[in-house]
Amino acid sequence: MKFAIVVFPGSNCDHDAYYATKHVLGADAEFVWHKELGLQGADVVILPGGFSYGDYLRTGSIARFSPVMASVMAFAEAGGPVLGICNGFQILLETGLLPGGMLYNRSVKFQCEQVYVRVEELETPFTCTATPGQVLRIPIAHGEGNYFAPPDELDLLEANRQVVFRYCDVEGAVVDAANPNGSARGIAGLCNKQRNVVALMPHPERACESAMGSADGLVVFESAIAQLKSDGMVLPG
Amino acid sequence: MKARVFVTLKESVFDPQGQTIADALHTMDYDRVRNVRQGKYFELELDVETVDDARALANEVADRLLANPVIESYRIDVEDETIGVSK
Repeated sequence: MKFAIVVFPGSNCDHDAYYATKHVLGADAEFVWHKELGLQGADVVILPGGFSYGDYLRTGSIARFSPVMASVMAFAEAGGPVLGICNGFQILLETGLLPGGMLYNRSVKFQCEQVYVRVEELETPFTCTATPGQVLRIPIAHGEGNYFAPPDELDLLEANRQVVFRYCDVEGAVVDAANPNGSARGIAGLCNKQRNVVALMPHPERACESAMGSADGLVVFESAIAQLKSDGMVLPG
Repeated sequence: MKARVFVTLKESVFDPQGQTIADALHTMDYDRVRNVRQGKYFELELDVETVDDARALANEVADRLLANPVIESYRIDVEDETIGVSK
């Protein structure tokens, strides 16, 4: 099985995602330059964190029109698992594959810190091996991660169980003091209605080894591998 | 033909940058500035013949790229150099 990690001009967590999937987990992983028109036969697509196109205009707004995105959208619409991390989340919002938008953090600062997120939904390819309510300690690093959607859209997300991660305290309680950026209803991550497209602002790929301060992020990538295995995929090696 | 596009956050959307600017102005004793909303401004030079075409084209690019309709709204002014500004 193969992870494709899409590289946009300005991506800067692409190597972290590559390291986590290839070297920590031993899966096959390939970089895919954003000008390419295919996904090199990948089974999972990761849109990594960074500052694609320097965050010009709006975060993710230019990358969304990169040539490779037509393939990513076709892959997603065919049910392929797609993970957006940070800027990858912002790009997916711009495509409309996920609802809502990102505002500046309520602090109006770029925030780089460890946070706790609670896994709200196990029925996605990126959380299927987590435990219900599992609390992950993973970092955030963003200026525009203040998730916004109109109240009726938020109600719909909740009703469809599309809120996959929420900011919480160390005990797993979703309280305003543990919400680093002002995101509506503490939302840190979402999935689409079909549940195959998942995105989150925190960086699981930066928390995949204890030497990094936490290995809690591994479950996201392990889940993708487990899901594909259970779907009958034969792993190399 | 020129079009000017003004993009702002929707009224219902909190604007942390605008709020920070308003707070700074209040610190500077500009108490009569009640509120600030920050936005973006674009000038488009368009190869079109009519004001209607200019407006249609500016609308299309604003919808598709310049503004994110989830959080932002926009206003367009078209300038026909021969007759002045059309609102």
